[in-house]
Amino acid sequence: MKDIATAPTTAVSNPPVQPTEAYFDARDVVRISATRDVPRPERQLEPVAKLIDVSKCIGCKACQSACVEWNDTHPEIGENVGVYENPHDLTPDMFTLMRFSEWENPATNELEWLIRKDGCMHCEDPGCLKACPAPGAIVQYSNGIVDFIHENCIGCGYCVTGCPFDIPRISEVNHKSYKCTLCSDRVAVGQGPACAKACPTQAIVFGTKEDMKVHAAERIEDLKSRGYENAGLYDPQGVGGTHVIYVLHHADKPGVYADLEENPRISPIVEGWKGVTKTAGLAAIGLAALGATLHGLFSRGNEVDDHDTQAADVLVKGRDPDDTHGGQV
Amino acid sequence: MTNAWTDIKNTDLVVVMGGNAAEAHPCGFKWVTEAKAHRGARLIVVDPRYTRTASVSDYYAPIRPGTDIAFLMGVIRWCMDNDKVQWEYVRNFTNASLLVREDFGWSDGLFTGYDEEKRDFDKSSWDYQIGDDGFALTDPTLQDPRCVWQLLRQHVDVYTPEFVENVTGTPRDKFLTICEMIGECSAPDKVMTSMYALGWTQHSKGAQNIRGMAMLQLILGNIGMRGGGMNALRGHSNIQGLTDIGLMSNLIPGYLNIPTEKEVDWQTYLSTREFRPIRPGQTSYWQNYSKFMVSFMKAMWGDAATAENNWAYEYLPKLDVPAYDILRMFELMDQGRVNLYFCQGFNPMLSIPNREKITRSLSKLKMLVVMDPLSTETSHFWQNHGVHNDVDPSAIQTEVLELPTTCFAEDEGALVNSGRWLQWHWPGATPPGEAKHDTWIMAQIFLRVRELYQREGGAFPDPILNLTWNYADPEEPLPEELAKEMNGRALGDVTDPTSGAVVAQAGQQLSGFGQLRDDGSTMAGCWIYAGSWTEDGNMMARRDNSDPGDAGLFLNWAFAWPANRRILYNRASADLQGKPWDPDRLLIAWNGEKWEGYDVPDIAPTAKPTEVGPFIMNQEGVSRLFTRGMMRDGPFPTHMEPFETPMANVLNPRMRGNPVGRVFESDVANLATSDEFPFVATSYRLTEHFHYWTKHNPVNAALQPEFFVEISEELAAERGIARGSRVRVWGKRGEVWAKAVVTKRIKPMVCGGKPVHVVGIPLHWGFMGAAKKGWGPNSLTPFVGDANTDTPEFKAFLVNIEPAAEEPVA
Repeated sequence: MKDIATAPTTAVSNPPVQPTEAYFDARDVVRISATRDVPRPERQLEPVAKLIDVSKCIGCKACQSACVEWNDTHPEIGENVGVYENPHDLTPDMFTLMRFSEWENPATNELEWLIRKDGCMHCEDPGCLKACPAPGAIVQYSNGIVDFIHENCIGCGYCVTGCPFDIPRISEVNHKSYKCTLCSDRVAVGQGPACAKACPTQAIVFGTKEDMKVHAAERIEDLKSRGYENAGLYDPQGVGGTHVIYVLHHADKPGVYADLEENPRISPIVEGWKGVTKTAGLAAIGLAALGATLHGLFSRGNEVDDHDTQAADVLVKGRDPDDTHGGQV
Repeated sequence: MTNAWTDIKNTDLVVVMGGNAAEAHPCGFKWVTEAKAHRGARLIVVDPRYTRTASVSDYYAPIRPGTDIAFLMGVIRWCMDNDKVQWEYVRNFTNASLLVREDFGWSDGLFTGYDEEKRDFDKSSWDYQIGDDGFALTDPTLQDPRCVWQLLRQHVDVYTPEFVENVTGTPRDKFLTICEMIGECSAPDKVMTSMYALGWTQHSKGAQNIRGMAMLQLILGNIGMRGGGMNALRGHSNIQGLTDIGLMSNLIPGYLNIPTEKEVDWQTYLSTREFRPIRPGQTSYWQNYSKFMVSFMKAMWGDAATAENNWAYEYLPKLDVPAYDILRMFELMDQGRVNLYFCQGFNPMLSIPNREKITRSLSKLKMLVVMDPLSTETSHFWQNHGVHNDVDPSAIQTEVLELPTTCFAEDEGALVNSGRWLQWHWPGATPPGEAKHDTWIMAQIFLRVRELYQREGGAFPDPILNLTWNYADPEEPLPEELAKEMNGRALGDVTDPTSGAVVAQAGQQLSGFGQLRDDGSTMAGCWIYAGSWTEDGNMMARRDNSDPGDAGLFLNWAFAWPANRRILYNRASADLQGKPWDPDRLLIAWNGEKWEGYDVPDIAPTAKPTEVGPFIMNQEGVSRLFTRGMMRDGPFPTHMEPFETPMANVLNPRMRGNPVGRVFESDVANLATSDEFPFVATSYRLTEHFHYWTKHNPVNAALQPEFFVEISEELAAERGIARGSRVRVWGKRGEVWAKAVVTKRIKPMVCGGKPVHVVGIPLHWGFMGAAKKGWGPNSLTPFVGDANTDTPEFKAFLVNIEPAAEEPVA
């Protein structure tokens, strides 16, 4: 009985969390919007993936709240329009959304309530990036993460057109485009996405894409043992595969999951757009500027504002720095 | 829980009925997904609605709210008739073989002894035949027509699949499929778990719902087994702790009782509690009641509690009624008989039925004190919020004091989870503003009250003046001090009664309740927590997650009461010789000399398996399919309709609700009939919110912003209600306006040849907080409660519904 945890009695003595070493950064960018001839990185990162097992998802929306908390967004308190989805669609303040479909399976005549977490799929061949005319507004890393760099975004909305999944949303406040970053700032320091961390049933898991496919295969086998003959993995090849992949009980009918694309492809209009981006890219960005452009991405999420500093002071020192009386709180 | 959250992973079949685990307990539900993913377990959901739990189930069946007993008795009948019985378990570990008195019987939905005037039973016939030697008579062959097994078969005879379908609305084929899936778990190596919550408790016969499933689990041999058991999913992170430490008007910590006024002295009080065995050689552990009780009295009053003054027995309040439960308290308040009411972490304006009555009652108080981290509806009951709280503040004279408290994340202490684990935690944040710990507030009040008694005397100052209050800082006892006090310590040297060796020296923390004495040499605030803070330190703070044998027990993680035992009745996981029924599910086994294994044995370590029965708390040494007079509404569960129902009780059309359910005369006229209110309503939680707390949080409020009700497409068509439109829902006691969620997940059922529509009413909205203003179901629910627990009937009542053109204006 000697392995008793020491008992800290205040928040101050809770062990601090040490940041892990960054494992990817600006040097790992393989594609940049409106930019040609991005030099091949010196290293190739192991491709990552977020696996969403729809058959294990209970629709609790913990992923949505974790996403809001981590990204510090402020979705509006809306209204109920007769469904469980809230907000009612993806918004610049809601990067992920549980979509609920009540589906009567014609094969069994039984009702199924299919709940799919919607959000950026992080396409291997990203239509948003291809469509984007703003140099450096969208980048892709060699691990597969597609990220928006908001300083460079011009709010034109072409990424919305370019996305085969209708994901990005333009803010009416600052005219920037927003979507899931796959928590690139967390992944960069060795942590998984906030949604995966919050998921109580491990319906959302994160790791290398190879590992995720192995895990998916186990899940698919389990589903087949329960009579879901068409259980399978959703990793659409029309966009070169994705870095967010689904286990579906009815992989032969993605459309029953709130109109998940059967065979997503980048719009031909966007493919024809490449010529323009080439010109813009050459004019706008030199390699030297690249690091600075991307700096914002990695410093974001670690920003400390005055309020945080003050709260930390109170915690650590037991006093308020603004407290002119210097007394205990 | 008899078992633990982590043990759910060991099951073969999960039955979620009377609960919605995925929705209301999403974190614990991970163990269900674990059992499914790695053990191939199946999940059955029986619920009026196709819930979030149903969305990941293998099989779902609908049921009419309030008819669970009919369903469960039907399953028991099916198992008995189809030889789906764990026979060796039933013969040896249940009271199936015990003989019941000749004058016990059941007819017209009533057991013998009913007194309609008193609305109570004379329970004297609900007992065993006792032989001259003082022991109950038995027939081990189970053939005697008076044995429990034969009486049970006779009792469930009426619950045919046809009866079940007619009463519950569950289609017969679905019912039978579920019977077959459940029946498989009668094999010794197949185990089913029952996960339930307020879907079973919040009925006027809630305790009998749970009894029904417990009996089924005994017949299948699933109690005491890894992956089995009766698992109550507690709705607050520390509600298990609340009941453990007796925060109920009729309890003392550790499930001891407050005396009644008939128990005028200590000897009378003890005479009905120190249960002697009624089968030879049985443990009957409650024989030790006086040790727990004396240790409690010593914890309360120290040196003032002596053998000479019967341990200060006269200091204890004596109940003049069975309990001052919340329904009774508000009834008394409504009668103008309560002056001051303290709400500590409690929001009755939304959580007690018949809100109109609650508002009226609170308005009759002289003073209301609300201790809460949030600004609650209760502390603002006097404030006009238009239609959402249409009161006239000038007509309310109640003085209201709000005392802001810390929330759980700002405190240190133990939370007791559903699996009885006391897990110590530390503050994650500093309290905001003027928020104070509850203990600080209570200490301030106590010190001032004591001072008043010191100064002014008063009618009976002794219990207050002599209360033990020896904390380092009397102004604020520390969680550590309180925890050590609950664990208990030796006041003098405690010796082993046989060897005479000292097992605990004076002043030492006790290591378990086996060391408690009734001679005043020990003190313990809550005997079941003994062992949680020993001489080795704070056992609740342990964080070793090793798990020998992958058994799911985690004995070195925190502390589980009693005695760090993880699975109650684990002796029953082994057969009569002490060999595990399922070698892959070893918990404990008899090695010829003693019990050993992964868990702390739930039996004396050297009690021979062939001699001592596994249910050591019971006088019989076995479990009870027949509960004698322990429950007010019958020794077997019998079908009863809710107080408000669309269908007369087919067993006795004259009988309304539970014949001994909690109902006050003034509320009878306020009960609805189906002529006026044709639809069955039921209330529930949504996973986006926690009760009435999270509507104060903008993130949760954004995820589920507005009050709604759920109805079927069929009812929507019948009433002309469009999806997302505004509806008015009204009942006998009030009305609410809500958005309509029209869904395929609720379907009309057919009961008694008539269609029954269900209106689902989630409970997360009020007139305070960040979310849109709305109502709770308690604006509609009846002021009636369970016969045994007084829990209000929130899960089955009657309403009407119609389209509402626009939001009503104040």
